Amino acid sequence: MTDSVSDISHMILQKLLENPKVPRDISGESRIVEDLAFDSLAVMNFVMEIEDTLDVSVPLDKLADIRTIDDLAACLHAIKAEQV
Amino acid sequence: MSAGLFDKYATLRGNYESLMATSPRNPFGVVIERPLSATVGIIEGRETLLFGTNNYLGLSQSEAARDAAIRTAENMGVGTTGSRIANGTFGLHQKLEKALADVFQRKHAMIFSTGYQANLGTISALVNKDDILFLDADSHASIYDGARLSGAQVIRFRHNDPADLEKRVARTDKATGARLIIAEGIYSMTGNIAPLNEFVEVKKRHNIPLMVDEAHSFGVLGAHGRGVAELQDCEKDIDFIVGTFSKSLGTVGGYCVTDHDEIDLMRLCSRPYMFTASLPPEIIAATLAALEEIKDRPELRQKLQDNAARLHGGFKSVGLNTSNFISPVIAVTLEDVPQAIAFWNALLDAGVYVNLSLPPATPDNRPLLRCSVMAAHSAEEIDRAVDAFGKIAKKLNLT
Repeated sequence: MTDSVSDISHMILQKLLENPKVPRDISGESRIVEDLAFDSLAVMNFVMEIEDTLDVSVPLDKLADIRTIDDLAACLHAIKAEQV
Repeated sequence: MSAGLFDKYATLRGNYESLMATSPRNPFGVVIERPLSATVGIIEGRETLLFGTNNYLGLSQSEAARDAAIRTAENMGVGTTGSRIANGTFGLHQKLEKALADVFQRKHAMIFSTGYQANLGTISALVNKDDILFLDADSHASIYDGARLSGAQVIRFRHNDPADLEKRVARTDKATGARLIIAEGIYSMTGNIAPLNEFVEVKKRHNIPLMVDEAHSFGVLGAHGRGVAELQDCEKDIDFIVGTFSKSLGTVGGYCVTDHDEIDLMRLCSRPYMFTASLPPEIIAATLAALEEIKDRPELRQKLQDNAARLHGGFKSVGLNTSNFISPVIAVTLEDVPQAIAFWNALLDAGVYVNLSLPPATPDNRPLLRCSVMAAHSAEEIDRAVDAFGKIAKKLNLT
């Protein structure tokens, strides 16, 4: 069960590292577009995978404010908390 | 110091310049000097086979549509110069709306100046910031842009995946805002056909309206050419059908048809309907003539299906990677951009024009050579295209 923001952030990092094209030295502060070289479509598709793991849906407008992996984790945590 | 307006284009400029460094011609700037027929045009001074249009039935060159446009322009002039809300509706607008409602066996139709605006105008009239939209992940840009204009929360579901849609819909069953599901009939980049009948089951279980964009399937699929919903016998369960005149009908404009009587209220809050000039009379006349031609010549649809099967089978026989759907859009998927650029240029050199589609505008981050088939193509023209594809693929060591 992933509960805290840091748990979610850790889970996201693990998922990202399953992709061999992602740099090995990423952290929660890594910027998704600039540091991971994800384009907008890649970001949306990656978020879909995370959504399934956490059983939440992230509306697209929320993605606009997300820069780093920790931002994404905080967003997912907030949406998950609203569901309870 | 504040940033310059075009500073944000630095990455785009870099990508564009590296593309242009590897391509002898600009893939986004092809000039068709003039069409000689529906299937042949002059490009770079040479006769070139056209496999990169959306002219599925060849009706952009319809004599009946052309003559109707000429007669109407002579009688009524060439433009309306304003919005229907502010500057008045022409009788022809109403005539076309009635004709479309009749074709789709719906109570109402609303026409727009382009297909793009049809999606923007319909979506933004149906949902607002308190509502939730469920969009197929591979939706056309006009659907995404309509969603942004509406301000609704957008939740993507996996392409053509009813189970994934249902999972995401179920997460919002307690939401207080209105909900709307949007899918397309045929997807414009890949030619994939949506399982609309399965989406209908999801909408019924969760009591959510369903809107379908049949832009690429109207005139193409179904016993009467009404699209994928007709083909899959689920028309009555689709609340709003949106489409365009610029594909099988060969002109320009878009529409929404529905049985909901609130359509006249939608006209009053749809900005892409209200704040633009309405369709000019000669275009409406040509569209009406093309609609009649679709009704009167069902053999065009059969010819289109035969041609699609011939091109699809031809691509498979020379070992190219295409979707398993046989539809008038057939895309060859390649592995990387340099390969796609070389292939596309070689095709044009060989006298075959197709569309080069590059990531991120393509699914799966892989480039596509998008081909579209017409009822007007001859078997010989299709075989020539397949032959060119096969030879170039071999030369590039792809097969």
